[in-house]
Amino acid sequence: MPRSSTAQPITDTIPVPEKTPMVLNVNGVEMQLKVAPWTTLLDALRDHLDLTGTKKGCDHGQCGACTVLVDGRRINSCLTLAVMTDGAKVITIEGLATNGALHALQQAFIDHDAFQCGYCTPGQICSAAGLIAEGKAKSAEEIRELMSGNICRCGAYPHIVAAIQQAMGQS
Amino acid sequence: MINFQYTRANDVADAVRQIAADPTAKFIAGGTNLIDLMKEDVERPSRLIDISRLPLRTIEETADGGLRIGALVRNSDLAYHPLIEQRYPMLGSAILAGASSQLRNMASTGGNLLQRTRCYYFYDIATPCNKREPGSGCSAIKGINRIHAILGASEACIATHPSDMCVALAALDAMVHVTGPGGERAIAFSEFHRLPGNTPQRDTNLRPNEIVTAVELPARGFASNYTYLKIRDRLSYAFALVSIAAALELEGETIKDARLALGGVAHKPWRDTAAEAALRGRAANQATFTYAAGLLLRDAKGYAHNSFKIDLARRGIVRALAQAARGAPQSQSNKKIL
Repeated sequence: MPRSSTAQPITDTIPVPEKTPMVLNVNGVEMQLKVAPWTTLLDALRDHLDLTGTKKGCDHGQCGACTVLVDGRRINSCLTLAVMTDGAKVITIEGLATNGALHALQQAFIDHDAFQCGYCTPGQICSAAGLIAEGKAKSAEEIRELMSGNICRCGAYPHIVAAIQQAMGQS
Repeated sequence: MINFQYTRANDVADAVRQIAADPTAKFIAGGTNLIDLMKEDVERPSRLIDISRLPLRTIEETADGGLRIGALVRNSDLAYHPLIEQRYPMLGSAILAGASSQLRNMASTGGNLLQRTRCYYFYDIATPCNKREPGSGCSAIKGINRIHAILGASEACIATHPSDMCVALAALDAMVHVTGPGGERAIAFSEFHRLPGNTPQRDTNLRPNEIVTAVELPARGFASNYTYLKIRDRLSYAFALVSIAAALELEGETIKDARLALGGVAHKPWRDTAAEAALRGRAANQATFTYAAGLLLRDAKGYAHNSFKIDLARRGIVRALAQAARGAPQSQSNKKIL
């Protein structure tokens, strides 16, 4: 992106710090990794651990494609520094199925055709898993409100709500 | 995002020591706003001091019947806390009107107070902005200013404070507890944020190297007659064009006490004690609410694209006071405004 000539130049005068060793429990597996302070959890998952199911959409916390569960809570991994999650338990879309059986939400998304391009889907499903765990949404209206942090530009929202209702009924 | 160093604070005193030792360092807690601003190169700290592991996560009852909320209590934990739901539902409602579930799971109480404006020019480092680069000029005054301030703005800055939570905290007369190199002090909520004047780079009256440790609510929560009415371009997950925290204490049809604060209209949560005084002792009816709204907006000033906010605020105040009087707060999931 072109920068204005009036803006201060971005310099590299700050020495590059040592990468920090850290531990993450990802989908039940203890992972050791070394990250720079500015590596986001999203980049650590995708680029360090090759877990590319979690998607980078806007990279600014506005679209929800990067949603994962950290210590059981849904968060935007793009706005989370990996180093700050040292010792945490992370669940990504790759960790939802058990012994090859799809998670109820994954099956419900298939049953209800709750996606078109599929790019937002891992974030939608992880967010819905967080939503169900929170237990605050009962009606379709409440599901829509509490899923508003996940944008679907294909516009699959009615089917997403139906899929979540199905999975909620099973949980 | 530029390269930076990362350290953790061991306790509050250590956090204050670390930030005092490095003028280009910043604290990080939830990071929802700071990381975004760093990705945009609006914020370029040389060091982040991680305060997220400090023991500031509790919500405790105070001796005088209020609540002390640790600065690191997450927005979602605060909104859904049983004591907030029972005694301060206006605060819970305001929190749930803001951001998304994911962001509320990350964002801290102290960080919500310290979030920066969402003025598009503040975010765009290719444009002048007095808040970002003092003296460079305000791009919004003669630019696109649909989301900007109608109250308390200056020639230097017409940005608004983006928080919903803070509007309710202002109405509830909260106190902000901070610790700095000189020790601890408490700041009344109305004195915490400031108007832009000639120094819009300063959002708050925090002194250098102070850290927010808690927000304290007094005993009175106005749990019976309140509302938080937020009007925005989308039904969810958007900043307020205008929001209204309204709370009443009624004796029959008469208003015994009132609180009224607005979001999305000024550089700080806009609480107007004159408008509140005008409500006291009067009948809780349309005429009274309209009079108070006019009083609150007496000095409102629109710019090229945001003059609509003045009427929007006027009608919003009347509607919010009516909702409060009826004991029918705005639902944050059913967005129909009744």
